[in-house]
Amino acid sequence: MTVARFWRKIPQRYNLIGTKCQTCHRHFFPPRTFCPDCRREGKIVDHKFIGKGTIVTFTIIQTAPDQFTSRGPYVLAIIRLDEGPQMTSQVVCDPSEAKIGMRVKSIFRRIATDGESGIIHYGTKFMPE
Amino acid sequence: MRDVAVIGVGCTTFGEKWHSSFRDLFVEAGALALEDAQLSGEKIDAMYVGNMSAGRFIEQEHIGALIADYAGMATRHIPSTRVEAACASGGLAFRQAVIAVASGMEDIVVAAGVEKMTDVEPGATTDALTGAADREWEGFVGATFPGLYAMIAKDYMHKYAMTREQLAQVAVKNHYNGARNPIAQYQQEITLDTVLKSTMVADPLRLFDCSPITDGAAAVILAPLDRAREFTDTPIRVLATAQASDSIALHDRRDISTLDATVAAGQRAFKMAKLTHKEINMVEVHDCFSIAEICAIEDLGFCKKGTAGKFTADGETALGGKIPVNTSGGLKACGHPVGATGIKQVYEIIQQLRGEAGKRQIDGAKIGMTHNVGGTGATVAVHILGRI
Repeated sequence: MTVARFWRKIPQRYNLIGTKCQTCHRHFFPPRTFCPDCRREGKIVDHKFIGKGTIVTFTIIQTAPDQFTSRGPYVLAIIRLDEGPQMTSQVVCDPSEAKIGMRVKSIFRRIATDGESGIIHYGTKFMPE
Repeated sequence: MRDVAVIGVGCTTFGEKWHSSFRDLFVEAGALALEDAQLSGEKIDAMYVGNMSAGRFIEQEHIGALIADYAGMATRHIPSTRVEAACASGGLAFRQAVIAVASGMEDIVVAAGVEKMTDVEPGATTDALTGAADREWEGFVGATFPGLYAMIAKDYMHKYAMTREQLAQVAVKNHYNGARNPIAQYQQEITLDTVLKSTMVADPLRLFDCSPITDGAAAVILAPLDRAREFTDTPIRVLATAQASDSIALHDRRDISTLDATVAAGQRAFKMAKLTHKEINMVEVHDCFSIAEICAIEDLGFCKKGTAGKFTADGETALGGKIPVNTSGGLKACGHPVGATGIKQVYEIIQQLRGEAGKRQIDGAKIGMTHNVGGTGATVAVHILGRI
C-alpha cells in the first residue's frame, strides 16, 4: 500500500481511535463517519477505546500472505470491545491457548511489511488479559 | 413487469485452462449459448457480464466493451455492461439481465460470467480475492478468505452440535456430484478421510473444505416469456430474482454464523415466486467453503438453524435426498471461477429442469433455486427457475 494510505489511519491503527455518535451513544470501531442508526441526526466524534475485550470467534491461520511478519501459524480473532463494537485482529498467544470468550487487551505490534524496501505497518494486536 | 424466460445456455469446462485466454473463455461460452438457443448473434439487444477482478487477474478493465467486441458485437454497438459484486458478480449480472427484459427495455439479453484466475501466481490470486472482504480492517490485519470462513465455522461449531465429520461430508457429497458432471474441475470422488487428513489451512478448515482457483465462463440468453418459443421448445421461466446486502466486514454482522443477506434474499425470492422451500426440487448454493453450504441451506430455510450438519450426514442434500444441494458439484468440485459461478449455477439448474443433467439428473425436476454470495455474505443473489 502507498505511504499515504497507511499514514492517514495511523491514529486509528496505533491507538484504537474510533468514533462515537453523540446522539445515540453508539461506538464505532473500525471508525465510521456516518451513524447508520441516527443517519443525518447523528453527531460523530472521535473516541479512544480502552482496548479491552472478549474473543467472539477465532481461527489459526496456517497459510498466510507474504507480507505478514508472522507468516503463521497465528491467531486471528473477532474481538468484541468492552464499549460494544467488534473488530478483527491478531491475538498474540500460543494458538492452543486461544478460546472463545477469552478476555484480551490491546498491544502495539508490527503487523506487516511491504517487501524488503517497503514500509513496515504497525498497529494493534491483542494478548490475553 | 413482463415474465422472463431462459432460452439458451452455454458453459466452458472448468479448471486450470492453460491453453485458454480470458477472451477464449467467454467467446466459447457465448457461442455455446447462442447455438443452444439456435439464435443468430444479430438478435442480441444487450449484454451483462459478471466479472470480479480482471483488473487484478489479467490487468484488463473495460470488460463490457472487450466482450462485446470479441463476441462480434462491436459494429452493432449494443450496450454491454460489466457487473461486479466479488463472487456474486455472475448472480448480479443474471439479475440485471432479467430486470432489463422484465422492464420491457430490451428483448433478447445475454447474461454471462467469466473469470481467468491462473494467469497470475497463486499469491496474487489469493490477494485479489481478499478484496471481497474489508481490505482496511480485515485484510490489512492478516485475515484471509479461508480465515474469515474458518471464524464462521468456529462460531457455528461453538453454538451448535456439528461434528468435524459432518462438515467434511459437504465436500464428499459435492465431489460425488462433480464426478458425474462433465464440466467439473474435479471429477473424482473422495472419502471423509481425504478431507480430514488434508492440509490445515485455517483451523478448523482444511484444504478439502475450500473451493479451488478456476478458469471458466458461462452464458445464458434471456427473452420475454411470450417470445421464448420462437427460439426453443424448452423455455425455462424465471420465477423470482432477489438480491440483498449486509456489512462488508464479518465482524459487523448481527450473528457471525448466519448470513442475514441470504435470509433476506431467500425470503424475497420465495415471496416473489409465491412458493415455499418445500416446492424447490434442487438448489445450487454458494459453497466457497464447506461451512458456507451448511449456513446456506439453513439460512434459505431448507433445515433448522444448527441442524444442517446432521441433515447433510443423513444424505438429505445428496442426489435422491430430500433437497439435493449442488448437483453440479458446487464450487468445491465443479470449480469457482468467481465471476462465472453465479451463471454456472443457473446453467446447472436449467440442465436439471430440461432433464439434461445425465448421471446427476433429479427425477421430475420442476423448480430449482440458485444462491450466489459475494465475500462473506455482504452481497447475496437468489433466483428461482421453473419448468413450464
